[in-house]
Amino acid sequence: MNKPVTDHAPQSSTKIGAPLGLLAELTHRCPLACPYCSNPLDLEKVADELDTAVWKRVFSEAAALGVLQVHLSGGEPLARRDLVELVVHCASLGLYTNLITSGIGLTRERLNALSEAGLDHVQLSIQDAEAASADRIAGYEGAFARKQAVAAWVIEAGLPLTVNAVIHHANIIRAGRMVELAVALGARRVEIAHTQYYGWGLVNREALMPGKAEAEAAIAEVEALRKHYAGTIVIDHVIPDYHARYPKACMGGWARRTLNVTPSGKVLPCHAAETIPGLTFLTVRDASLADIWFNSPAFNAFRGTDWMPEPCRSCDRKEIDFGGCRCQALALTGDASRADPVCVNAPDHEKVVAVARFRDEGKDETPYVYRQMK
Amino acid sequence: MGVETKIEPTTIPRMPRGVRLKHDETRDEWLLLAPERVVKPNPSAIEILKRCDGKANVSEIVQALAEQFSADPALIERDVRALLNELAAKRMLDL
Repeated sequence: MNKPVTDHAPQSSTKIGAPLGLLAELTHRCPLACPYCSNPLDLEKVADELDTAVWKRVFSEAAALGVLQVHLSGGEPLARRDLVELVVHCASLGLYTNLITSGIGLTRERLNALSEAGLDHVQLSIQDAEAASADRIAGYEGAFARKQAVAAWVIEAGLPLTVNAVIHHANIIRAGRMVELAVALGARRVEIAHTQYYGWGLVNREALMPGKAEAEAAIAEVEALRKHYAGTIVIDHVIPDYHARYPKACMGGWARRTLNVTPSGKVLPCHAAETIPGLTFLTVRDASLADIWFNSPAFNAFRGTDWMPEPCRSCDRKEIDFGGCRCQALALTGDASRADPVCVNAPDHEKVVAVARFRDEGKDETPYVYRQMK
Repeated sequence: MGVETKIEPTTIPRMPRGVRLKHDETRDEWLLLAPERVVKPNPSAIEILKRCDGKANVSEIVQALAEQFSADPALIERDVRALLNELAAKRMLDL
């Protein structure tokens, strides 16, 4: 029997299928200040956050629409006092709940309460395999040690653990050690995710960008560990865009698989979509999730392949990478509808090459602009 | 790819917490939900996974499927072992 199980490909580009996942940014509050954070620079305030009743309605609408997995994220979702209540509600709807957390602010009691509420999975971030560097990246003294304790509680509670490590210049030399740390912490899955340059990550691009040689060495090291740890830990490897030949299929294609809801209720196809000028994003108060998903102009703006310019339009990869990332096209060319410049065939590819050279040109160490509320 | 875990007739495959088989009403299909993954098993994989209840061992699963589909147990066993090995390597099933 070959290929008994395949990754779910829900629909062709012509028919709009239901979303599989909902990323719920419950809050933008976060104790950490990671300089690669994908949240917008204009972080939403506590006073603007949706209340418990509205979030419950959003999750009910999501389940009815066909969403299967809810990713409870932020900011730091633990900052929401109603987190257990929201997990109970999602579980009652049959939604698969994934807590995406820094672990800061968690106690063993609260974790056990989340587990009993029906939480399905925990994704815990680590910033590095060495404490001093990890705490410097997070902008939070003691974060690394705290996360070790949190991981132990997750395992003790019987919850499956994924460790997420974002890779950049300051920790790329320890990419392999982060896989080993994840194994030691008892994780069944680890994400080794090279930094994507959106939000705060875009602001800090010069400080975060690795050199080409160190990026290639880290990729090779992690790929070797994939074989070494097969059956022990699953490695999901997000390779660095700017050093690639072809763009990533960002979000699996615009408005094709998942949607985001921000703390104040704005419904987006991805984290950075709000940076694109000319698109109007509705909130969960304006319309139902289903109406926004299927009918709103913003969700249909880059759906499928009809919007594509050349060279995407006639490219045989157009249903593989869906033209790459609209927000990246915007950030690098000023026009969201151009081909993602990561692609070697894109007319603006030279712009990516120029940025990817930052490190190799021996630029001085650039200080981080830490994530913070205005 | 992946390591071949030794599968005995008495091995009891278990879906760990965080992995579940669900019939999705919206799409009218069986899907396997796992950490940050939704996968669509093929029809024979669905029948095998329905029987991975944490109680039945490999021998019992093979026998039950052979009866259900009036099929050669040797062929069923080959499919079962292939699926269990694949999902164990992806940590979606514990053996």
